[in-house]
Amino acid sequence: MNPALGDLDRNLGLHLEWVERARRDRCDLVVFPELSLTGYVLEDLAYGVGMRLDDPRLAVLIEQSKSISIIVGFVEHTPDHQYRIASAYLEDGEIRYVHHKVYLVTYGLFDEGRYLAAGERVRAFDTKFGRQAILICEDLWHPSALVIAAADGADVIHAPAASPGRGISGAAEVLGSARTWHDLTRVYSQMLVNFTVFANRTGYEDGINFYGASRILGPDGQVLADAGGDPALISADLSDGALRRARIASPLRRDEKLNVTLNELARIRQVRIR
Amino acid sequence: MDRWLTLDHELAAQMLIGFVRNQVGKVGFERAVIALSGGIDSALSAVLTARALGPENVTAVMMPYRESNPDSLSHARLLAEGLGIDSRVIEITDLVEPYFSRNPAMSNLRRGNVMARTRMTLVYDMSARNDALVIGTSNKTELLLGYGTLHGDMASAVNPLGDIYKTQVFMLAAAVGVPDPILQKPPSADLWEGQTDEEELGLTYRDVDRLLVLLVDRRFNLQEAAAAGVDRNYIAQILGKVRTNQFKRRPPVIAKLSDRTIEREFRYPRDWGV
Repeated sequence: MNPALGDLDRNLGLHLEWVERARRDRCDLVVFPELSLTGYVLEDLAYGVGMRLDDPRLAVLIEQSKSISIIVGFVEHTPDHQYRIASAYLEDGEIRYVHHKVYLVTYGLFDEGRYLAAGERVRAFDTKFGRQAILICEDLWHPSALVIAAADGADVIHAPAASPGRGISGAAEVLGSARTWHDLTRVYSQMLVNFTVFANRTGYEDGINFYGASRILGPDGQVLADAGGDPALISADLSDGALRRARIASPLRRDEKLNVTLNELARIRQVRIR
Repeated sequence: MDRWLTLDHELAAQMLIGFVRNQVGKVGFERAVIALSGGIDSALSAVLTARALGPENVTAVMMPYRESNPDSLSHARLLAEGLGIDSRVIEITDLVEPYFSRNPAMSNLRRGNVMARTRMTLVYDMSARNDALVIGTSNKTELLLGYGTLHGDMASAVNPLGDIYKTQVFMLAAAVGVPDPILQKPPSADLWEGQTDEEELGLTYRDVDRLLVLLVDRRFNLQEAAAAGVDRNYIAQILGKVRTNQFKRRPPVIAKLSDRTIEREFRYPRDWGV
């Protein structure tokens, strides 16, 4: 989808249209990109579009979630007046979970850390459709975040994103930024043995093009659905059977040694503190 | 509310004089040119520039049109003589009339823009002739409301007034000794007979500056400004002007293709290498 920068009301309308399309396609869950209600290049606009969790515009989508589960992106204005990049999981008329982007991007063309506060936790959560986790865009460029989500039992990892196209030089047939996303979603899905839902936005903001290319991947790393560059609704069946078969064929989760990881990380933290 | 608009005149003047001296000097120039309209902004800019660089290094250019108020030229002369700066009068009537006569249906806005850009052309030519930099005269109120011609009166190399509101311009101008006739008359772009800024904008500088200082400097939102006693429709109207004129305050938008786009990831201070 292609949200309008800073126009919450218009974007709410867009969300309702896409939710309706997803409902018509008999989807159970619809995932919107990062900051889908606000647009991305917000800068100082972040403070104007920041929403409390009881915002009436969010309530409209919460109401919709009685018949279809929704992951929606926005700026949360928290009670202590921090502004955070948030993606909320809405289900059965309530907010089931809110993830705040942990890894804000403040390099290259990005300037999130100047305006926004970073999230402080990575967790999986239970839903009608099993255990899931949300990581937002740059969060997925830190493998530790995915390892935590998988260790916490996520069968589906959602990756709402606002990834701009860049890196057209060289002979690559796809944008440099798109290629990285293709690679990391494929490798993570296969290595952590979970479904991945990469929901990237489209459109232009301040000369930046968001290239879309949303995709859904299975726990064997296979691409189940691919959106291409235009706004599109893609869907796939995230069947428990596929998960079961993948985890038998590739028992990486079973063999994961949490204690080794924790012990070694604890040791490294001690060394670093010293 | 007025306390947010008060200025320590001496300190402000000293900082602005130091700014002009530093910005002109560090790029290897000694001289400046300034377009004098006879109004208060260019008068204040000229006083600050004369004190920064010495009157012998400043050239004032007066560029009347045949319909300009004769007081404008006499006020500009009064100021230039008082400061002891060199001044030139270049009539623009002969330059713009041929174009106007070819386009008899031109609106006041279009005619005003053509005159402003013609004056810009002449003042920049004078700067090349004199090895001088063009000093700007746009104040914070005008820049925020978009009340200026892009590439016309908004064009300059160095702008000492861009961070002070119009009411502050009045205070500072009085403090640094701008002559009374300039201080006393209603501000006007003098593009047609009887024009005043406040009538054309449909507001008073006093009211709008009181609001802008709350919205911009104090970061009040619409609700907070309304609670401070400002009419909601008025706030919405002013916010609309500020928002829709954002493009005038930024360089042209560049389409992002590469990994390093000018202004976005290619960021150096303006003072780079000087």
